[in-house]
Amino acid sequence: MKVEQISIFIENKSGRLAEVTGVLGKTGINIRALSLADTSDFGILRLIVDDSQKALKVLREQRFTVSITEVIGIEVPDSPGGLTSILQLLDQHNVNVEYMYAFAERVGNNAIIIFRFDNVDEAISALSSHGVKILPSERITSI
Amino acid sequence: MNLPVNIWNRAAETLPREEIRQLQLKRLQETLSLVANKVPCYQAKFKDSGFKPGDLHSLEDLHHLPFTTKEDLRVNYPYGMFAVPMREVVRIHSSSGTTGKPTVVGYTKDDIRTWTELVARFMTAAGVTQEDIVHIAFGYGLFTGAFGLHYGSEAIGASVIPINGGNTDKQLMIMQDYRSSALVCTPSYGLTLADRMEKQGIAPGSLALRVGLFGAEPWSEQMRVELEQRLGIIATDNYGLSEIMGPGVAGECLLKQGMHLAEDHFLAEVIDPDTGAVLPEGSVGELVLTSLTKQAFPMIRYRTRDITRLNYDVCDCGRTLARMEKTRGRTDDMLIIKGVNVFPTQIEEVLFQIEGCEPHYQLIVDRENNMDSLEVQVEVNEHIFFDEMKQQRQFVINAEKRLATVLGVSAKVKLVEPQTIKRHEGKAIRVIDRRNQ
Ligand SMILES: [Zn+2]
Repeated sequence: MKVEQISIFIENKSGRLAEVTGVLGKTGINIRALSLADTSDFGILRLIVDDSQKALKVLREQRFTVSITEVIGIEVPDSPGGLTSILQLLDQHNVNVEYMYAFAERVGNNAIIIFRFDNVDEAISALSSHGVKILPSERITSI
Repeated sequence: MNLPVNIWNRAAETLPREEIRQLQLKRLQETLSLVANKVPCYQAKFKDSGFKPGDLHSLEDLHHLPFTTKEDLRVNYPYGMFAVPMREVVRIHSSSGTTGKPTVVGYTKDDIRTWTELVARFMTAAGVTQEDIVHIAFGYGLFTGAFGLHYGSEAIGASVIPINGGNTDKQLMIMQDYRSSALVCTPSYGLTLADRMEKQGIAPGSLALRVGLFGAEPWSEQMRVELEQRLGIIATDNYGLSEIMGPGVAGECLLKQGMHLAEDHFLAEVIDPDTGAVLPEGSVGELVLTSLTKQAFPMIRYRTRDITRLNYDVCDCGRTLARMEKTRGRTDDMLIIKGVNVFPTQIEEVLFQIEGCEPHYQLIVDRENNMDSLEVQVEVNEHIFFDEMKQQRQFVINAEKRLATVLGVSAKVKLVEPQTIKRHEGKAIRVIDRRNQ
C-alpha cells in the first residue's frame, strides 16, 4: 500500500525543475505526480514515478540530493466534503498530515490524493477500517 | 576577593616583574647558546643575521634574530630541530599537519617534568585540587593534549579518568557513575556532551561536575556562557601548542580575565603578522614564543599564528605572570566582519555539530550600505536533506542560531545543491570576500 516517493532538493533558480524532468525523461522514467514546496532560496520537489529505484539511481548519478519517503495514495470521492471527512477521521486517530498533493489522473469519479503522514501505519489502519480506499502502489505507479 | 586562591608554585607565579625579566634574560642566553651549538637551522639563522648569542644583553636584543616558522619545521622534518641526541629524548609527539607532513617534537625527562609542572599550575589556577576526579576526554596519542593534562592532574594528586575522546554515551555514563568533577576536553566537545545530556534528560545538577578546562581550539565568551550554564560548571580556557610544549603554556585562573602565561619558561612577543614588527604592550597581534628552558626542542621566536593580546598588570589572584587574551583565531584565515574576527574553522565546527557530518560550505562576505554581511552557503547532502519543509527550514534556523552564538555576528545560511561550490584542486574555496571589489 505504501508508495515510494522521491524527494529532490533543488535550488530556486530557473531551469532546475526542467533539468530533473529532463534527466528522468531521457531514461524513460514517467512522472505520475509532482509537487513542489519552495521557499525563496530552495525547494523540495516530490515525485511519484513508475520506477522509483531507477529514478533514484539516475538522479544520484547527476549529483542531485535525493531521498525516498513512504507515502500513500487515497481515493477521495469527488464530492463536497469528501476530503474533509477523511481529514477528520485522521485527526480522531491522532495522525498528522505532513503534506498532501493531488494526482492529475482520476479513478472513475474519485480523485487521488497523495498523503505523507507522521505515522503511516496508524493512518493505513484507521483509513482501511473506515472503508477509505487506499490504492495499491502498483496501481499508482502505473496509472 | 572571596574565591579561594590556590597557587601551585607561589614563588614562580608571583615573581615581581623585574625579577621575571632577569630570569628570562639569563635563561634566554642559555637557550641561545644551546641552539647555536646544537641546531643547524639556528646556526644558519645566527650566521645570516650576524647576531651571536653573546650579543644578547637585554630581552629586546632578541629582535635581531629572525622568526622560526612552521616552514622551518617542515624543512627539518622529522628530527632536524632537536637539540639533544635521541638517547636523551624520552617522548615524541606530533601535531597533525593539515597539509603535508606533521610537526614532530621531542621531550627529555626534564622537559616532561617542566610540562607536568606547568599543567599543574594552570589546573590549580582553574580550581582543580587533589579532591577532584578529572575526566580527560582528549584523545590519547600523538596529540599532546591528553598526556599534558594527565601528568598535571597526577602531580596535583587528583584522580584521573583517562577516558579518551569519542563515544559520548559512554562518557556520560562514566561521568554519572564515577562522579567526574573536572572535565577536560575541547569546547566544541563540551557542547556535544551538553547536547547529548539534554537529549537523554540528564540534568547538569545531577552530575558531580564542577569545573571544565577547555583548550586546543579557539572559543568565544558566548560559548563559555553556554558551557557553564548547560554543564553547570566554571569553564576556563587554557592554551598551548605542541611546537612549544603542548598545554601548559598559558591558562586562566578562576577570575577568567586572561590566561596566565608561564613567563619563567616562555618569552612572549606580539607582532604585526604582516610586517613582523614587534608591537607595543597591549596591542592585538600574532603571538611569538621563545622557549627558555626546553632541552630537546627549543624554539626561538616561533610564530604561533595565533592572534591575541597580552596584559602585564598584576592579576587580582596575586599572580604576576602576564595574561594572554583568549586567542581570536589564526592569522592564516581570519576574516573581520562587522569588526568581529571570524574564522572559517569556527563555522566548520558549528556545521559539524549540527548533524555530525561536515558538509561543503563557502563564506560569502559582502558589504551593503556600508554594512558587512556574511552568508554561509552549505551544500546539501543526504544527511541534511529532509523531505519535509518544516524540518529543512528548522535545520537552517538552528544553523543560523548556533553560528550567531559562536561567531558573535549574524550569518545567513543558504542551502545550495551539491557540487555548486567551486573547488580548487579538490578543496572547496572557503571564502569569497566581495567587499574590496
Ligand atoms: Zn589570575
